[in-house]
Amino acid sequence: MSVNQEPGPRDEELARIPGAEPSSRIDVWWWLVALVAGVTVLLTVLKPDPYWRILLFVRDGILITVTITISSFLFVLVVGMFGGLGRLSRNPVIHTAATLYVELIRGIPMLVQLIWWYFAFPVVIQQVGTWLNIPALADYRANPVFLAIVGLVFCYGAYMSEIYRAGIQSIPKGQMEAARSLGMTYFQAMRHIILPQAVRVILPPVGNEFIALLKDSSLVSVVAVADLTRRGREFMSTHFNPIEVWTLVALLYLIMTLFSARVVSWAEKKTRFER
Amino acid sequence: MEPIIHVEKVHKRFGRVHALRGVSLDVRKSEVVVIIGPSGSGKSTLLHCINRLEEYDSGQIVVDGISLSNAENINAVRREIGMVFQSFNLFPHLTVLDNLTLAQRVVRGRRRDESRELASSLLTKVGIPEKASAYPAQLSGGQQQRVAIARALAMNPKIMLFDEPTSALDPEMIKEVLDVMLTLAREGMTMVVVSHEMGFACAAATRVVFMDEGQIVEEGSPDKFFTCPQQERTKSFLSKVLHV
Repeated sequence: MSVNQEPGPRDEELARIPGAEPSSRIDVWWWLVALVAGVTVLLTVLKPDPYWRILLFVRDGILITVTITISSFLFVLVVGMFGGLGRLSRNPVIHTAATLYVELIRGIPMLVQLIWWYFAFPVVIQQVGTWLNIPALADYRANPVFLAIVGLVFCYGAYMSEIYRAGIQSIPKGQMEAARSLGMTYFQAMRHIILPQAVRVILPPVGNEFIALLKDSSLVSVVAVADLTRRGREFMSTHFNPIEVWTLVALLYLIMTLFSARVVSWAEKKTRFER
Repeated sequence: MEPIIHVEKVHKRFGRVHALRGVSLDVRKSEVVVIIGPSGSGKSTLLHCINRLEEYDSGQIVVDGISLSNAENINAVRREIGMVFQSFNLFPHLTVLDNLTLAQRVVRGRRRDESRELASSLLTKVGIPEKASAYPAQLSGGQQQRVAIARALAMNPKIMLFDEPTSALDPEMIKEVLDVMLTLAREGMTMVVVSHEMGFACAAATRVVFMDEGQIVEEGSPDKFFTCPQQERTKSFLSKVLHV
């Protein structure tokens, strides 16, 4: 995503003028977003059959994709924070648990994880429920969207933990010492001193994770979630026009990813001057 | 009078390095103790042990009547001890004013206006009231270090620890920081200062302590210490440091 590396003012110069940032220049990469969106609109207007019909058919899929991505991402941010803090913990139990989580999850393909959550996890719950004689668990029915989110959060949380860990470690040791020497507890120092600085450091990789999550959310189409990809496949299976369906689906994903990349880049510029 | 800092036979190891080898030191209220010594002699480690930023392996440290060996609430001890670092360690994402008020509010539970009032008066005291809304990166090294001193003072500490406060400064900025420290010393603040500023030691110290290889080699009043040191090691160190 980070195509936009034009040489801007150096950080020190920005630091001298808080609040000032080169927003007057229009970000040229917004034009690419506009271009892709324009092509999509043109296709649906000039050739409504089949493009407009496909769009109408998959629009609820777009909503599902966006919902799953955003809600998963919010949880990923929280899981990643605890995972990252756990990886840095001096408590051997917490440290080992967090490290195991990160290492194991990162070693399993995400598609396999999603399939496990959808097909294996409900059976595990049912069997435990039968064994413990709890009817509510024994009759457990899988909710595809819920389990897809669980799977995505579990998987991306592991990657996010490493990003948080690296971000926190990039803050000089003296910051924690200064905060503790003022009498702050470990958590007060984390909340007021370390994390606010780490967030600025990790914003670019976190933004990349969001975009990767948006794309990887297409994998949930194999576990009975009617997202954009699955709706595309459904349309194709009845009408058999692969070129039009998959071109449009690709364009729709592109609009979402390019737009997200612009938002991330804007947020980076917004937070940079204070350092 | 009871010493406000009591250090007794403290040992500290970092892996194979024996950083402190049985250090004992008493500091009474309103004393200014300047610790000098070659790098790696354990000066900074001793300072870090006094507010337990570093844990010590054996021995005993008592600060203001509270033993650090089993202090249940180390934060209660720490807020009575201000610390100034070689590399300033200001919080770069906060303005100067917020650097001074954050701990007051979070740790001392003071109101925002109350903490701001004290912060402003302290900034006036260290000579940079006009920098309240600046960010640390916009200040010179000397100004940053004075903000760091003000930040520590904002907690109304009973003791101030200085870890080579002028070592990272341009020569022209050393005086402005030492002047603030001198004022503090004259006001009766209890201070432990790791520094090689002999001028400051002569002017402000009630006692000079020389450390080498994790031990206190010699201590005494500044005039006695600098004019007629007793130990050979002290003499050789001073002859190299006090170049004419």
